[in-house]
Amino acid sequence: MRWLLLLAALAAAGPRIAAAQPRMPPQAVAQPRSGTQDMSRELQAMQADDSANPGMLWVQEGEALFHRAEGRVQKACADCHASLTGVAARYPAWDDRSAAPMDLAGRIQHCRTEHQQATPLAREGEPLLALSAFVAGQSRGLPLAPPEDSRLAPALARGEALFRQRRGQLNLSCAQCHEDRAGLRLGSALIPEGHANGYPQYRLEWQALGSLQRRLRNCMVGVRATAPAFGAAEYVEIELYLARRGAGLAVEAPAVRP
Amino acid sequence: MARVLLNLPRSAAKGAVIEIRTLIMHPMESGFRPGMNGTILARDIITRFTCEYDGEVVFQAELSSAIAANPFISFTTVATASGTLSFTWEGDNDFRQTETRSLTVT
Ligand code: HEC
Ligand code: HEC
Repeated sequence: MRWLLLLAALAAAGPRIAAAQPRMPPQAVAQPRSGTQDMSRELQAMQADDSANPGMLWVQEGEALFHRAEGRVQKACADCHASLTGVAARYPAWDDRSAAPMDLAGRIQHCRTEHQQATPLAREGEPLLALSAFVAGQSRGLPLAPPEDSRLAPALARGEALFRQRRGQLNLSCAQCHEDRAGLRLGSALIPEGHANGYPQYRLEWQALGSLQRRLRNCMVGVRATAPAFGAAEYVEIELYLARRGAGLAVEAPAVRP
Repeated sequence: MARVLLNLPRSAAKGAVIEIRTLIMHPMESGFRPGMNGTILARDIITRFTCEYDGEVVFQAELSSAIAANPFISFTTVATASGTLSFTWEGDNDFRQTETRSLTVT
């Protein structure tokens, strides 16, 4: 009996997918398809209508926070930034000080602790989500344009490797669902291509706004893998690869998903 | 103060049917869900929504536990005269919030 189980486990493991460094720099999916197109007409309408999209409540909250003086220097984001149009479309980006890629929430956090000299915000807490939604919303409609920055290459390659690496008790990689099975169903859910153009995002399942990292965590927990803590480098590397893979897709933050 | 999105015309022709859409940020905690430590989270919902047009109730809704967070309510009324529309959400823990908008009827 034990043998049988072992065999079953081995069979399920299947051939190992090469997680080696990709030979070519990662490319965008040829014709990336936004997850919005896979939703019902009703949900698409909810996302498109600013008076029905609940994510707009967080955008409004974020706008108020953006204009509020904070921290030891009592400066508001608005004292240093007029418009941040297009910024979200090119994140994650390289950060000189930490010599590492940084995602949008990380950048906002950095401004808060360094430029405002205020206490850090919780990574998945309401104020940081609201600020992220307000900043990301200013890039709505613009194409995802990940920076061509050679310093990002190693992290980008790690991100792609993580995307292709099998994980969890179910031993599945992101690619096995979002590349090989995109368009098919997993139970009642349609498997989307898994793009990052709508974050932060309002999920009906969450009944709240959540970040891309929360979404990634959902997928990791879904295959019964251990998900890293919010803010971990592993997430930022995956985010970097997702941005590259979905390059050209219009930013839709805050998107709505089932 | 909870964030609110209100969508209605600023002006309308006399007799016209106007559509009003409201969205408010609220957890609508059902009172049936266990929290992190296994004990049931206390109910915290909006129980009533009222729209008054110059002091007269033109629309009212009673909300219950099965309604999702951040409730969206949309309804119509007839533009009769220039005046003020007020929107009030009331609920558990003395929740009460009112927003007003003026409507010009031509
Ligand atoms: C005292 C001035 C100051 C304040 C206050 C400030 N920032 Fe910044 N911000 C900067 C500077 C300078 C940069 C450039 C990167 C750096 O040196 O950190 C920057 C960069 C950014 C970027 C990235 C821009 C890009 O083109 O890549 C974003 C987004 C941002 N800030 C958002 C915010 C938000 C949101 C707040 C409020 C929570 C805020 N900032 C508060 C000075 C400030
Ligand atoms: C077992 C299949 C499966 C695996 C493995 C999986 N996902 Fe998903 N993913 C889904 C499904 C299904 C959805 C759609 C949402 C839902 O209904 O839960 C989704 C949604 C997403 C989304 C949201 C897309 C949008 O339009 O907002 C992203 C991004 C994503 N996945 C990335 C990943 C990453 C990165 C990994 C690997 C760490 C991964 N997924 C692993 C099934 C999977």
